[in-house]
Amino acid sequence: MKLHEYQSKQILAQYGVPIPNGDIASTPTEARAIAERLGKPVVIKSQVLVGGRGKAGGIRLAQTPDEAEEIADRILGMDIKGLTVKKVLVDEAADIDAEIYLGAVLDRSARKVAIMASSEGGIEIEEVAAQTPEKIITIHVHPLLGLQGYQARQLAYGIGLPKEHIQAFTKIAQSLYQAFVENDASLAEINPLIISADNQLEAVDGKILLDDSALPRHARLTAMRDPDEDSPTEIDAREAGLSYIDLDGEIGCMVNGAGLAMATMDIIKLYGGNPANFLDIGGGAGAEKVLSALRIILRDDRVKAVLINIFGGITRCDEVAKGIVEAINTLHVRVPFVVRLVGVNEDEGRQILADSNLVTANSLSEAVQMVVAAVKGERK
Amino acid sequence: MSILVGSDTRLLVQGITGSQGAFHAQQMIQYGTNVVAGAVPGRGGQWAVGNTPVFDTVLEAVTTTDANTSIIFVPAAFAVDALLEAADAGIELIICITENIPALDMARARAYLDTTDSVLIGPNCPGVISPGTAKVGIMAGHIHIPGNVGIVSRSGTLTYEVVYALTARGIGQSAAVGIGGDPIKGLNFVDVLQMFEQDSATEQVVLIGEIGGADEQMAAEFIKTEMSKSVTAFIAGQTAPPGKRMGHAGAIISGGEGTAAEKIEALQSAGAIIARYPEEIAELAVQTI
Repeated sequence: MKLHEYQSKQILAQYGVPIPNGDIASTPTEARAIAERLGKPVVIKSQVLVGGRGKAGGIRLAQTPDEAEEIADRILGMDIKGLTVKKVLVDEAADIDAEIYLGAVLDRSARKVAIMASSEGGIEIEEVAAQTPEKIITIHVHPLLGLQGYQARQLAYGIGLPKEHIQAFTKIAQSLYQAFVENDASLAEINPLIISADNQLEAVDGKILLDDSALPRHARLTAMRDPDEDSPTEIDAREAGLSYIDLDGEIGCMVNGAGLAMATMDIIKLYGGNPANFLDIGGGAGAEKVLSALRIILRDDRVKAVLINIFGGITRCDEVAKGIVEAINTLHVRVPFVVRLVGVNEDEGRQILADSNLVTANSLSEAVQMVVAAVKGERK
Repeated sequence: MSILVGSDTRLLVQGITGSQGAFHAQQMIQYGTNVVAGAVPGRGGQWAVGNTPVFDTVLEAVTTTDANTSIIFVPAAFAVDALLEAADAGIELIICITENIPALDMARARAYLDTTDSVLIGPNCPGVISPGTAKVGIMAGHIHIPGNVGIVSRSGTLTYEVVYALTARGIGQSAAVGIGGDPIKGLNFVDVLQMFEQDSATEQVVLIGEIGGADEQMAAEFIKTEMSKSVTAFIAGQTAPPGKRMGHAGAIISGGEGTAAEKIEALQSAGAIIARYPEEIAELAVQTI
């Protein structure tokens, strides 16, 4: 799950990372009031969950409260890469002397959290990695020991930080790591961490991604979710415990397991069809979950046929078959179904489908060829 | 001979009284796996799935029954506790089926496990089967037949698909190992490839990967330098839209974006045979034999 800039910075601030004075506004009047209260030039920043806000005109400087109101009016409601701006962050504008990058990320190969720092802040870190990789200093934190002081100093010296900032930087790096761990993040970035004209370190922009598996133990973070991050269908799917991604084809897919779901999409393309979605019902789904999945797929008007590919393991074929029959009986089904059901309890499952006159395919290739033919109006 | 599980496996089922634990314990017993005990706190002294004794603690189960392998079916919130308990009780091989364990919990657990003699497979994996001998997992036993193809996979159900296609063509398997798709896990591709390379019952290997991370690239390096046996590979997600990956910093750390194209390129240049769809693996395996 992605957090907005203002949410990320608020979390970092709770752990002692200095951030600019500012507040969040949903209307131009609110933006004006914040600018008046700050009594200084401000920067108005659109809060949308995509990169490239600056280039899209979603970040602007305002010298006066009048200007803040006017700019907020222009940015609120703006469309940035398909997302509508509903909130702006109004921050005290900073006088910047230098920009630093500081980020923490879970490094799956090292099985540790990696902390990276660079003297080249303010631009995308991937750009730095491509052009001047020697300017990125990385250390790995032992999961049972946590970030040690010497490691944080190693980062500070590594990026050539002036002596007077070493202590403050070390503290910020430790705060970042603590925030990362206690909130179960998968990424936490401060970019840029600035050295201001009055010689202070400050996190001007921040970004946190959270580990979805850990959300059940973070009710406060879960409540921060921006519903605009996903389509309404994706939200419904999540609430039903399904993993769903909208695609633009015509074959609705219901599969168990992410790998098999992706492979099913690959093979649909190989046979000349186009998947309308990625849908993984997960492991051990019961009839009710299958019914929810099919309800979500059938809601999409572009879907001209449905392919169900289930390979039972922890998921039992009879449970899936019950859900399919329930869907056929209760939902308004206007498109053909191709069902492929193999694995644990497949005989029971096939019997349930046969009792309802549903045709099943034997192999994955056969099922895909049948569903592609059905979409093209051919009979096979 | 087989790798990881076999006739000397003495299996403990952690979470044997839950619905998944009970169902799959039953399935494993039916397959012929030697299930010697269950462990569920508060249920010690009871019997589960027929005549399997249940113990309150893993240590008690190990002391009483000499269990050497454990399979974990407990919910995500308690799974790390369960696998640490298994390691501390001296279980040699721990197979964790549970999904949705927070990644940082796994990072801590793995760091501790590395100081013990226990080997972990998973979490979020289907387990291991040595066809005809032992099944320690949730895969459907009947789709497998004994043979000499070793399978290692990051995906659960996709593995079944490949096994099904192999079996349909009469090609048997020496073992199928599901290592799981989580970012932090126990055995990785390289560990299992190494076991297959040394296993006399395995003549060729099938590797099933997917987008994300860099495990397949590391496997490619191993195949290139250390493997004499033929490897056929399939990578799922060739048509997956980008955007479900971790942020920029993650991509840099893993040394790339983790796309299917990148992985296929690495495996191909290491000498692996690439299948375009799951069933093609079986077609290619027939030719290799």
